[in-house]
Amino acid sequence: MAEKKWFYTDIVKEHFFNPRNILKTDKEAEEFAKHADGVGEVGSPICGDVMKLWIKIKDNKIVDCRWQTFGCASAIASASMMSEMVKENGGMNIEDALNITAQDIVKKLEGLPARKIHCSVLGHKALRAALNDYFCKTGQKDRMVKDEKHTC
Amino acid sequence: MKSIYFDNAATTPVRKEVFTAMKPYFSTYFGNPSSLHAKGLEARDAVEEARKLIAEILNCATDELIFTSGGTESVNLAIKGIAFARKKGHIITQKTEHDAVLETCKWLEKQGFELTYLNVDEFGLVKPEQVEKHIRKDTILVSIMYANNEIGTIQPIKEIAEVCRKHEVLFHTDACQAAGYLDMDVKNLGIDLMTINGSKIYGPKGVGLLFIKKGIEIEPLLHGGGQEYGLRSGTENVPAIVGFAKALELAQKEKVTEVQRLTALQDRLVSGLQRIADSKLNGHPQKRLPNNVNVSIYGVEGEAVLLMLNEKGICASTGSACSTKSLEASHVLLAMGMSHEMAHGSLRFSLGKHTKEKDISRLMKVLPGIVKKLRDMSPIKAEVRNG
Ligand SMILES: Cc1ncc(COP(=O)(O)O)c(C=O)c1O
Ligand code: FES
Repeated sequence: MAEKKWFYTDIVKEHFFNPRNILKTDKEAEEFAKHADGVGEVGSPICGDVMKLWIKIKDNKIVDCRWQTFGCASAIASASMMSEMVKENGGMNIEDALNITAQDIVKKLEGLPARKIHCSVLGHKALRAALNDYFCKTGQKDRMVKDEKHTC
Repeated sequence: MKSIYFDNAATTPVRKEVFTAMKPYFSTYFGNPSSLHAKGLEARDAVEEARKLIAEILNCATDELIFTSGGTESVNLAIKGIAFARKKGHIITQKTEHDAVLETCKWLEKQGFELTYLNVDEFGLVKPEQVEKHIRKDTILVSIMYANNEIGTIQPIKEIAEVCRKHEVLFHTDACQAAGYLDMDVKNLGIDLMTINGSKIYGPKGVGLLFIKKGIEIEPLLHGGGQEYGLRSGTENVPAIVGFAKALELAQKEKVTEVQRLTALQDRLVSGLQRIADSKLNGHPQKRLPNNVNVSIYGVEGEAVLLMLNEKGICASTGSACSTKSLEASHVLLAMGMSHEMAHGSLRFSLGKHTKEKDISRLMKVLPGIVKKLRDMSPIKAEVRNG
């Protein structure tokens, strides 16, 4: 089939159609959840879309990061990209992962329209929520991210 | 594979007959209709022929028709033109209008006019009694669209016009979506001002008109050479006007058969969509345009579906073409009381002259798979969906 014209960048397209680290079905999600060290679910205050993300932690590194979403193409591509960034080279350490910014993700996606910038952080918000869950479960309340609501 | 176009409510292709009618007016009969020489008179004749043709279709006088640059300008001229002529007062409209109306009204509010935005029911309908209840002594204008661009709901404009007449309030209707399918007789409908454009009826984009009943005082928005009875200055877009008239003529001629044909296709698409679990047809089940199908599919994001359909060569929309510019779920669906999850999963398929049965079959072949894929990756669970 002839290539169709596409509104976003090619890299957004690639990640939208082939999202990395996504849990493709509820069953996959249930399986992964059994062994996850933290889980976070957030909604975008701007559009109301939802992202849920699970992590595995080893030696202060995020060794695995999987997700599911009810979100737009930009949210899917951003979460996919972020999950790759986090898992690169055997896993990013937690501090570095917390410091990932919207700009980092947008840059890797070679740009998003201004109105879609909020989508790029949805995955990261879910990651912070999942890390809070992990901190909470492992008795490291002092490390919890304040702006991501989570009660132990 | 040829792409399938299900976005005729956004705009339609210019049909062959229209294009043919327009062509000579670019380079051969290129004159300025205001010039007194032969070249000018050729162009003037073309514009006046077009106006006469349209006047016959709308059942009005030629000097009641003002050509404009499209739906947006006509709506602006109608609402601001009346507001400026009266200098102050109260205007009634409703919440599911096109942004051309809503943004014009919001702007007038800032200029000191008072606005009432009527609620709609779950089908997107406004009731004439509602209009009547809100008419005040200082109400200068009621503006209610003929048919909605996102959901296809047809408003009872004849009854609303009657209420307005009874209270001696002017009534404008935005009929852009209706022009190809519904009764366009302004006398029968009893309306004072009506907007239509070329881009939805297989005519050119960037041309429209405002019908203004004789005797209504209105301020122009564009000042200059005094064209269009002094109400819209600027050299007329002759080829576009010629094409617009031709398009409307053909649309009216083919209306009855086309409405029948599209209704059958629409039924087919609706019953196909109803087989997708947790989906809902938006708008009114009967009082709707024959070419519009708007559906909400729970738990999937409309834009994601749209982009996946695009990859399969199918062009659809998440609502109005304008909604690509904002994040909010459709103001039309929210006004109808729909939840965010449903509104965000809404898709509009607008059929047209070129839609065939096999296009619907192809859509129904690919859509369920896309919905399944997106639902499978969604954290919003089926239990929630069903309960
Ligand atoms: C109901 C309605 N009103 C107004 C408009 C605006 O018309 P135009 O794009 O010609 O300015 C449109 C189409 O976009 C429409 O569907
Ligand atoms: S629009 Fe909601 S996440 Fe993109």
